[in-house]
Amino acid sequence: MFEKKNLWWLLGAAVLAVFPLIVTNPADTSIAVFTLLFMACATSWNMFSGYSGYIALGSSVFYGCGAYTMALVSIHAHMAPGAAMFWLVPLAGLVAMLVALPIGWMALRVRRHTFVVITIAIFFIFQLAAINFNFTGGTSGLALPFIQWGFSYYNVPFYYVALGLVIFITFVSAGVRRSRFGLQLLAIRDDEDRALGLGVKVTAVKIAGFTMSAFTIGMAGAVYAMFVGQIYPQFVFDPVFDISVALMAFLGGLGTLAGPLLGALILESSQQYLTVSFSNGSLYLILFGSLFLIVIMFMPRGIVPFFTDRTKRSAALKVAEANNQLAGAGAGSAQS
Amino acid sequence: MTTLLKAQGISRSFGGLKALNDCNLEVEKGSITGLIGPNGSGKTTLFNVITGYVKPDAGTVTFEDDDITGFEPDKVFARGIGRTFQLTRIFGRMTVLENMLVAIQHDEGWLKGLARSKSSKVEVDNAMEWLDFVGITRLAELDAGSLSYGQRKLLELAYVLVASPDVILLDEPAGGVNLTLINQIADKIRTLNAQGKTFLIVEHNMEFVMNLCDSVTVMNQGSNLVTGKPADVRSNPLVLDAYLGGDDDEEIEVVAHG
Repeated sequence: MFEKKNLWWLLGAAVLAVFPLIVTNPADTSIAVFTLLFMACATSWNMFSGYSGYIALGSSVFYGCGAYTMALVSIHAHMAPGAAMFWLVPLAGLVAMLVALPIGWMALRVRRHTFVVITIAIFFIFQLAAINFNFTGGTSGLALPFIQWGFSYYNVPFYYVALGLVIFITFVSAGVRRSRFGLQLLAIRDDEDRALGLGVKVTAVKIAGFTMSAFTIGMAGAVYAMFVGQIYPQFVFDPVFDISVALMAFLGGLGTLAGPLLGALILESSQQYLTVSFSNGSLYLILFGSLFLIVIMFMPRGIVPFFTDRTKRSAALKVAEANNQLAGAGAGSAQS
Repeated sequence: MTTLLKAQGISRSFGGLKALNDCNLEVEKGSITGLIGPNGSGKTTLFNVITGYVKPDAGTVTFEDDDITGFEPDKVFARGIGRTFQLTRIFGRMTVLENMLVAIQHDEGWLKGLARSKSSKVEVDNAMEWLDFVGITRLAELDAGSLSYGQRKLLELAYVLVASPDVILLDEPAGGVNLTLINQIADKIRTLNAQGKTFLIVEHNMEFVMNLCDSVTVMNQGSNLVTGKPADVRSNPLVLDAYLGGDDDEEIEVVAHG
């Protein structure tokens, strides 16, 4: 089955694949690496929170754990600086999953708003721990083995590894959406008690989804640590990260596949670009403010649903038609 | 006839309110049993206790001679007891067909659920058959949220049926729907009952209950008051008192527990 929609996906992948060959300015490719990492994280976040409706605002716990895994292992194993360190990326993902398991087990006992608050609380516990423990280097952080790649070449391997993460998580997220497991996550989003009453093992499904979403975020944290070479607790356990991934998914379209990719692409690249080109760290906030106002006012469900809904206009007409045909089964209020 | 579902001595309090007080109920295999009573008499709470949404303070629920007291709702459903809700509950942002697929039973872990597609052809066919049974096949691809209230009632009935439970608990199936649809739902229940399904129905529409049910249990103030054939129950003075407010409450208490 080959649809027109798939062409867009292929086109997007092709553009991303050749991007560093065309744009070679390190300042630009550096922005691209950060953008790809956020695209991966937002998609991974959406795979659980977007599908299940459990909005987690503590994802940087996994990002930070991935970053510290990369830093600690590469430092203590005395790894030679270079591409071999990329082998630690999946390991960092696994560590993030291990951390996510007990967190999910605890936090997913509560619903909706309480869950949001608990994830934020757990995030602060991790940030404080990273600042105060000795093995994390405290506030001075950790310096990773220094990679001596040439200035013009340095970003390219990171770009392709980050792109690999984006492609990986996009396929996983699409796979989940098509699986029975994904169907159960969506059912939990719409009405958890009803799903439970239809035989869905909601607790197992929620914890599994939460843990899986930590994997790619942890991997992205590891790539970040290796890319910047020096990590600090307040930058890897960062509340702005927590909110950013959620906002990216909301902007693009919560629960959609392309939404978080698009949201991260727009937000992260424009933020980085504005910060770099105007050397003003707060300018992007003005842009973000107006962007979100526009989205909230004109496309409250996000960019992707805004456009797909338009193509579904004919479907809406079908509803009306079907309702007319079934007039007998309509909503009456007669009750004797 | 054998008893399929049995609740014995069920009590449950919410704070100081005794929602259920030593309540007993028996549902015969292959019957359509009605459960009626004034508002607040504990009918829905009893439903919640049976289906695992509420844990009883005392008493046991048995199904086919197995003790299922305190089972989680997913276990109760897997055991063969399906229910609908008084305020119809569907998955609004999923299509009608996807709603059906959620209820299809699989005894498998999440890992296996991850590895398989959300539906096989057989499952879709099965789901479509039940949609056809309740008459909403043409709505299969629409978002369930766009359905009218009556259509939602039909969908809820259909996705409980798709897992082929042995006994189906309906909480006010005729509430808030028009007369044509009430008759339609009654017909569906009769057809399914003829095929061997057992029903337990909470309903305020007396005509609906009296025409449909083999046996009726009347509840009042958290316990079962009278059980019997619809015609007998209808003329029972205790029932009239419960509904219309008798002037001698003590007498009811004595007789009910005697």
